[in-house]
Amino acid sequence: MNGSEFSWSEFLHMGGYATFVWSSYGLALVMVVFNIVSPMIERKRVISRVKRAIKREANSRQTS
Amino acid sequence: MLKAFYHLLARDLRLAFRSRHELANPLIFFVLVVTLFPLAVSPSAEVLRVMAPGVIWVSALLSVLLSLDRLFKQDYEDGSLDQLMLSPNPLVILVLAKVCAHWLLTGLPLVLVAPLLGMFMYVPDEAVGVLMLSLLLGTPVLSLVGAIGVSLTVAVNRGGVLLSLIILPLYIPVLIFGANAVDVASDGMSVRGQMLFLGAVLALALSLAPLATAVALRITASR
Amino acid sequence: MFKKIWAWIQKFSSPKHFYRISGKMIPWFAVPAIVLGVYALYMGLFVAPTDYQQGESYRIIFIHVPAAWMSMFIYMVMAVSAGIGLIWQIKLADMIAAASAPIGAWFAFLALVTGSLWGKPMWGAYWVWDARLTSELILLFLYFGYMALQSAIEDQRTADKASGLLAIVGVVNIPIIHYSVEWWNTLHQGATVAKFDKPSMHIDMLIPLLLMAIAAKLFYAAIVLIRARNEVLYRERNRQWVKELVEKL
Repeated sequence: MNGSEFSWSEFLHMGGYATFVWSSYGLALVMVVFNIVSPMIERKRVISRVKRAIKREANSRQTS
Repeated sequence: MLKAFYHLLARDLRLAFRSRHELANPLIFFVLVVTLFPLAVSPSAEVLRVMAPGVIWVSALLSVLLSLDRLFKQDYEDGSLDQLMLSPNPLVILVLAKVCAHWLLTGLPLVLVAPLLGMFMYVPDEAVGVLMLSLLLGTPVLSLVGAIGVSLTVAVNRGGVLLSLIILPLYIPVLIFGANAVDVASDGMSVRGQMLFLGAVLALALSLAPLATAVALRITASR
Repeated sequence: MFKKIWAWIQKFSSPKHFYRISGKMIPWFAVPAIVLGVYALYMGLFVAPTDYQQGESYRIIFIHVPAAWMSMFIYMVMAVSAGIGLIWQIKLADMIAAASAPIGAWFAFLALVTGSLWGKPMWGAYWVWDARLTSELILLFLYFGYMALQSAIEDQRTADKASGLLAIVGVVNIPIIHYSVEWWNTLHQGATVAKFDKPSMHIDMLIPLLLMAIAAKLFYAAIVLIRARNEVLYRERNRQWVKELVEKL
């Protein structure tokens, strides 16, 4: 293991490379979250679209 | 089958010569773009000589790219493409004929004009031959691979930029080896490896690209 | 006998069947992905030792390398699915290809940015024309071309087949491009002494790397299934089974 004692501040500091390392991990996190959330939103959108189409069809059948 | 090839080739050439004034456009573009660089960067021989292979090659690339439209667009719009696809002759052969015509009209002139541009960019005399040879091997590949892109985008409105986006990454290997050949020849060294690579890519493109183009046409242009 | 197998494949790959089965499969990919990913992160950030030459900055490798691998892997999957869709007319294959593209592009983008962030402390520049980064950039362009063609063509079937062909052409070209860029890079090595030297791989560094790579694949599997299900719902929206299903949602 590195050094004898683990310190959180040193961990976050990443030997001076904090910006680079944490930006990379941060971007990865953003990418993961985006790729999970975006399809879920898309799913809701598709479902509501199909529902609307069904309703429209039902209405037009009633009125015709 | 061979007859159909020559027939189509002759027809395309004839049609191109009817609008003669358009023929020179890619050529003029080629020279014009190369001319921009001394103006934009520096007219000094040291600078231009270093840039020369890359500048000439990229300009050639762009000229071919701009001219690719003529390959199928006109035929698509006036219905002759449909006729070609209905023909009993294999579409691959017909595609090859059209690409051949395209290269004769666009690529070959670039090869012939290259020495002039070599002069503009201070390419050493020993390298001019290599410049022409690399373009001779490379421009057919540009036409062949370009045809794939054109056939994929023929039915898309204003597909010009899309075409560039699709084709340019595929042009990169030819660009790298073509430009490098001229670079290396300028230093007086052997270009055997580069030429072999260009030749191999040409052979590969000749065998596979018309097939891919024919398949693409059937996908996008069948009505 | 082959007819039976073929019939089974066609039934199995029907969008309706796929929709039902994939719904059950997703957790089986998502949960291991999360568990493995978190463990890999722990191993990479806490257990793996500091590198002798690169200090702590090398830890970017645990994001950069799996991202690069995934961008290549997904492109292969895309091309193979597209090929299957093109040759055997299996709609599901086209949907998987289309669903995969954005994910692959994201991974390529991630690989590029993390590569750049790794390069800055090492060589003082955010971008260097390293062979791997350059190839990755070209791969990103190939992804963009695929997605651009897909959205440019209106008819869904034509769009799928055309971009599928493009993916196959791309796959054939990738080795050629890769080789050309490698070669080009060795020529100009003198100008930039930048090379993505992996730190000599201590086993404690290798393990999180491989674990992360596996986690990434599982993540991709889960996400592509979700996306593909959206494609199914959208493309088959006029079918009876979709209408019935949506009513209940």
